Amino acid sequence: MTTPLITTSRWGNKDGHTLDGYIKSGGYQALQRALGLTPKEVHEEVKKASLLGRGGAGFPAGVKWGFLPENVWPRYLVVNGDESEPGTYKDRILLERDPHQLIEGCLITCYALGLSQCFLYVRGEMAHGQERVAQALNEAYEAGYVGKNILDSEFSVDIVLHWGAGAYIVGEETALIESLEGNRGMPRLKPPYFPASIGLYGKPTIVNNVETLANIPWIVLNGGDAFAKIGAEQSTGTRIFAVSGHVNKPGVYEVEFGTTTFRDLIMGEEYGNGIRNGNELKAFIPGGASAPWFFEEHLDMPLEKTAVDQAGSMLGSGAIVVMDNTTDIVKACHNLVRFFARESCGKCAPCREGTSWLEKILQRIIDGNGRSQDLDLLLDICDNISPGISWPPKQTTICPLGPSAVSPISSAIKRYKEEFDKYLSKSKPNIPVQIKSGAG
Amino acid sequence: MTDTFKNETKVAFTLNGQEVHANAGENLIEACSQAGVDIPHFCYHNRMNSVGMCRMCIVEVDTGRGPALQPSCMLDVTEGMNVDTESDTTKKAQDGILEFLLLNHPLDCPVCDKGGECPLQDQTIAYGPGETRFVEEKRHFEKPIPINENVYLDRERCILCDRCTRFADEVVGDPLIHFIDRGNETQVNTFPEDPFASYFSGNVVQICPVGALTAKPYRFKARPWDLEEIESTYPNPLGDRITIQSSRDEVLRFQGLDSDTVNWGWLTDKDRFSFQAFQSEYRIQEPLVRGSGLNKPDKSAKGLVAASWNTALEMTAKAIQNSTPNKIAFIGGARFTNESQYAWTKLAKGLIGTDNVDATLSDDLPAHVLLGLQRTTINEICSPGSTVLLIGSDLKEEYGTLYIRLRDAVTNMGANLIELTPVETGLSNIASLSLRPRPGEIGKVINSILSGESPLEIGGVSKESIQACHELLQDKQINVIFGRQSITESTEPLTQALTLLKDIPGTKFLPLVRRANTSGAFFMGMAPGQLPGQLPLDADKRKYLSDWENLPNEKGMSTDQILKAAGDGEIDVLFLLGSDPLRDYRNPELASKALQMTKTVVAVDLFVNPSTYESDIIFPAAAFIEVNGSHTNTEGRITPIRQKVTSPGTARPDWMIAAEIAAQLNHDLKIEKPDDVWDEIQAANISNDEITFQNIKSSPEGLILQFGTETPFRKADLNIDTRPFDSYSHRLVLSKKMFDNGTIIQMSPALKNFTSNSEVLINPVDFSSIGITEGQPVTLINGEKKISVVVKPDERIPRSIAFGYLNQDGVDLRALISDGSESIDIRIDPTAKVI
Amino acid sequence: MSRLTEESLRTANDIIDRYPIKKSALIPLLHLAQEQDGWVTDEAMNHIAEIIGITPAEVLGTCSFYEMFKRQPNGEYQVNICHGISCHLLGADQLIHHAEETLGIHEGETTSDGIFSLEGVECIAACTEAPCMQINYRYQNQVSESQFDELVKQIRSEERSDIPKHGTLAKVRQNISAERIAGFDSIDESIAPVWLERNGEVE
Ligand SMILES: Cc1cc2nc3c(=O)[nH]c(=O)nc-3n(C[C@H](O)[C@H](O)[C@H](O)COP(=O)(O)O)c2cc1C
Ligand code: SF4
Ligand code: FES
Repeated sequence: MTTPLITTSRWGNKDGHTLDGYIKSGGYQALQRALGLTPKEVHEEVKKASLLGRGGAGFPAGVKWGFLPENVWPRYLVVNGDESEPGTYKDRILLERDPHQLIEGCLITCYALGLSQCFLYVRGEMAHGQERVAQALNEAYEAGYVGKNILDSEFSVDIVLHWGAGAYIVGEETALIESLEGNRGMPRLKPPYFPASIGLYGKPTIVNNVETLANIPWIVLNGGDAFAKIGAEQSTGTRIFAVSGHVNKPGVYEVEFGTTTFRDLIMGEEYGNGIRNGNELKAFIPGGASAPWFFEEHLDMPLEKTAVDQAGSMLGSGAIVVMDNTTDIVKACHNLVRFFARESCGKCAPCREGTSWLEKILQRIIDGNGRSQDLDLLLDICDNISPGISWPPKQTTICPLGPSAVSPISSAIKRYKEEFDKYLSKSKPNIPVQIKSGAG
Repeated sequence: MTDTFKNETKVAFTLNGQEVHANAGENLIEACSQAGVDIPHFCYHNRMNSVGMCRMCIVEVDTGRGPALQPSCMLDVTEGMNVDTESDTTKKAQDGILEFLLLNHPLDCPVCDKGGECPLQDQTIAYGPGETRFVEEKRHFEKPIPINENVYLDRERCILCDRCTRFADEVVGDPLIHFIDRGNETQVNTFPEDPFASYFSGNVVQICPVGALTAKPYRFKARPWDLEEIESTYPNPLGDRITIQSSRDEVLRFQGLDSDTVNWGWLTDKDRFSFQAFQSEYRIQEPLVRGSGLNKPDKSAKGLVAASWNTALEMTAKAIQNSTPNKIAFIGGARFTNESQYAWTKLAKGLIGTDNVDATLSDDLPAHVLLGLQRTTINEICSPGSTVLLIGSDLKEEYGTLYIRLRDAVTNMGANLIELTPVETGLSNIASLSLRPRPGEIGKVINSILSGESPLEIGGVSKESIQACHELLQDKQINVIFGRQSITESTEPLTQALTLLKDIPGTKFLPLVRRANTSGAFFMGMAPGQLPGQLPLDADKRKYLSDWENLPNEKGMSTDQILKAAGDGEIDVLFLLGSDPLRDYRNPELASKALQMTKTVVAVDLFVNPSTYESDIIFPAAAFIEVNGSHTNTEGRITPIRQKVTSPGTARPDWMIAAEIAAQLNHDLKIEKPDDVWDEIQAANISNDEITFQNIKSSPEGLILQFGTETPFRKADLNIDTRPFDSYSHRLVLSKKMFDNGTIIQMSPALKNFTSNSEVLINPVDFSSIGITEGQPVTLINGEKKISVVVKPDERIPRSIAFGYLNQDGVDLRALISDGSESIDIRIDPTAKVI
Repeated sequence: MSRLTEESLRTANDIIDRYPIKKSALIPLLHLAQEQDGWVTDEAMNHIAEIIGITPAEVLGTCSFYEMFKRQPNGEYQVNICHGISCHLLGADQLIHHAEETLGIHEGETTSDGIFSLEGVECIAACTEAPCMQINYRYQNQVSESQFDELVKQIRSEERSDIPKHGTLAKVRQNISAERIAGFDSIDESIAPVWLERNGEVE
């Protein structure tokens, strides 16, 4: 397969992260080209490309951009570089190895939409990424690519590097905005459903993922139509996937949407290269910790949004986590639920209380204190967080974090209930029953 | 939410199968409640912005795309919406959420103050099983921790509804309590060593939907089912509506009453916790007289002794009979009910025949200014897009619930606030424009603002600011909230400003009167030259006051004049009606001399305060929780004051004391109950307002008096030339602080520790240019008058202003005040020795 | 120490200037405080509250939401072993257990010499390099037990100058020179960008 490399073309270059290295490999030509077009024309190209957001929800960028209300200024661009979803590993490499590509994407976006300031939010733990971006910005400012009168045009915009400080929920776009305003990263209530109308400082704001924006220079340089020709009808272009877990060759791969299948990625020689130690596949997560699990029978499904959605999961953040037959499903399930419990922002009662309750029950089962009624209880708690336990999830919460904790539990119990039963059969629980004495 | 001015367009929606109507844009939880369906909720509060945190109010809603669970506190009703609050899905979701909320809750209801009035407990009882499915260990926190002097926080009981924290941040702008930590560890707390020092902290106890926040003055005092309550009005200038709660004839709590027009349920701590004072053991229980308690007060005697009512009344009557009307005077009464004010006016003017009656201590604008202005209402001021011109002092310090309402109007309704205050205030950070005119020069400044013409600088305000203000006011209907900027400023400059503003069509006014019922007092004629019904003394209509036999013809004296005359020995009998000139009047020296020189000083009060202590005859009065009557707030809104408990000892309502003195003088005041007052006013046909006591009691929002009709506004002399400001001196600004050494505060254990040491604040630049070292006392000099006090730098004070709070501990800053000028400039002498 | 030093304050003011609203600088300023002292002291929070005009409670509210901010003295080297799902599948629990033995502390504790603090953390975006970890937020990939011990040894003998002391995040900061900065419009004034106007895209 010869996949055109759109976002990862410089990863192999030693100097891909420097201004020189970037320019040598065709960098900042898209910006030049964009400045020759009108802002509207640039936006048109992105619309034509049908570029889906790469942050998880997969919403078309060009359409989202169109939600900006007219004549309300200033407007902002917020770059979501908070990458924290378990299994997800792509934005960090984009930041470290090709920061200028992202910067160029940001500049073009600001130009197209009249955004007057760009905040590049990089996850706190990514010290190296921050250094690379800071270095790149410093060079780009000096060379006149960022800041006042970019390339001697009337176009001026600042890109401000902003740091996170450790909180997964801040990846959710409204929480990201809260965090950028200096607040606790708690998601805002919807509506408005998109920050495009009321976002940062109450002003129109576009939030895009790092990978999404990294596609912009290519699109502007090669045209939206060329982009749309790559990949599948509904999922255009390429996508970066991180394949991790029990595979022979874990790695981060840019592949063409739609034409590639999960089997290619997990088993294909140039990608995951099969399950380690010749073991069998037990399950895999197709799109980050929040996604319901897939199994053997899903392997031949193409990497394409519509197909995966219909099968009851999502491509989400491009994270494929492979579990082989040695995996303790209950522990894996506990591991994922613990993640959501620890990362709940605490705003909604069902998420704050429910996820940690789920975690405690799973821990208790693992510790040999499970009770026969615990599986029903687990599912009922799940149902109270995400009524109906279906996909896409219904929710009693504000954001999808709480319901995400339901995915591993329902996936695991549905497919591997016997593993839970094995724990329960060995349990000798000794738990006093508490009576709600107080009320009344 | 702020829905005082609702969109009146109606929409129809289906609620549990029935078609109902609601105002468009109203949120669903409110609309359902209007339609009689209460949706359980914890975080939602009708006076705050929704956060949708607790998720308890989740219901199934179909807006055309199929039913989905939605938090009803976050959703606006729309036409055709189908809402099911009883479906299985709704019930299952709500039960699930209640279970989540209870997981970590200690369920210690039997020992919880909130038990019996707790929404969480009520929901839990309504909801099924007595056995919890949660067998894990609960979250633990240290049991109640004080977050300030009066409020305790039990984090184990907290369900993180964000009400208290939202209140602190959004409603009063004191974000000193906050969510700390994350997720399941989240707690509410203060910053270490930085208590929730808010003037409004008691409100968080009232709105906490569980027993996480409790008030020390109430903790463990009673269970809600033992409480009886009655709706009343707190006698403060805004007339905040309250419920008085008592058990066994003892008041245990004041709660804010959610009145749409006034306080929205909020109260200041000063008022909320003041119930303690009214039950204080220091209340005067029986009449006291100076000397032996025999028939004649003995001016030379040191002590006060208890006496019978008869003795005290006889002595009073005798003192009156031994004098002539113009040597008899009355100061105070602004704290009385309307009815008592009428009774005392009738006694003084109708019976004794003196017009020397002044409810204020000459620190409010005179009656013929205040009564001549058309009033606006709080709701008019706090309406979308309104333009508010605030001339005066810091509302946060002096008019707490108006501060809250105005803050809401600016932040949530887009009202424009233009602030003309001498120093930064609690509202400065949200004002569209803040100007800092020097006290005494407000007339000049308003003149320039209205004309848009100004020299480079006028009254401390730059030309640019004047012009910016001019533009903001252009073609606007202006709501003017006004009060004096400082008690060192005479009333003339403000009257000048009002004279100018009054001529702009459509302008309406809200005076910041200093005392509780000043509006009522003026309406009832407790001011020199005034009669009840806003009538000037010389009005034709006075003839209708048929049994006011001895009405004087000459206008009497104001407090300033009375005290001066008394000091000169020209007053025989001086009545202090709930007033304390020694502590409250701007010139304590004069007040002291006046009390000494007056033959007989008669006080009517709740407590022995510095002035009553110097009096000769003291009548114990009933407090507002012990009487029936009514109160007029600064809007002119009359609301009922209602009795909840009986008075201590033999204390009597103020009006009754007047009636008894009259009887002792062989006259019948013809007031046997509060109703009689309104009947008499109606019968005399002197007021344009149709008011009966029955109406007052039965109208929830109160009755509004129309001002600006009977008494003509007294225009000020507009020759606005003030003496030049000398750049070497500092203009003195003395303001009131919420907590001071006032009697009610000092008699309330919960409040008395909040005073601070008297100090004077100046701008840091001035501070360093004068060359003072921190903490060193310096001498402040106004002519002959000097005091030694600590001066501190403070950025909120503009240059050339010296700012201090009145009635704090230590030095009495009033010692710097001299009479007779529009404003006072002092010199700060860093070298002078302590005097 | 503890309040921001003159130098930190200068950096702080540079950072504040980049945002239309001062409070936006809060998280970067907390990092600055942590860089200065190795943890975020109450005094620093108070000082930050002062310079951006909010209350200390608000600063604490934000500070305590984010894991990276330590509000107690912290080890000079924060050892974060990832226990996210990918690392879990490839032996993170054993690695943490091993680390506990090597360092003689439990997760969440600091060695008595104040050099190491150990924590099991959620996914750090290096899933294909499992099991992985960060020491003061510098990645160590596919860490074996012996490699872990080697790392500890190197740090103890000060051979890892590439890893700065706890608190220092990026060793390179963004600098925007006065000549190059575009600046921004006040959020209260609705002014359309010039380049849109010139293209006739706004009225
Ligand atoms: C709990 C949660 C965590 C998220 N984390 C991230 C993240 O780390 N990075 C990201 O780009 N998007 C994340 N998202 C998605 C964002 O909300 C948002 O959809 C995305 O940044 C939009 O960018 P895109 O349209 O370019 O994909 C998260 C969403 C949720 C609900
Ligand atoms: S679902 Fe969880 S993470 Fe999302 S807003 Fe609610 S509490 Fe916060
Ligand atoms: S009342 Fe609606 S979510 Fe709490």
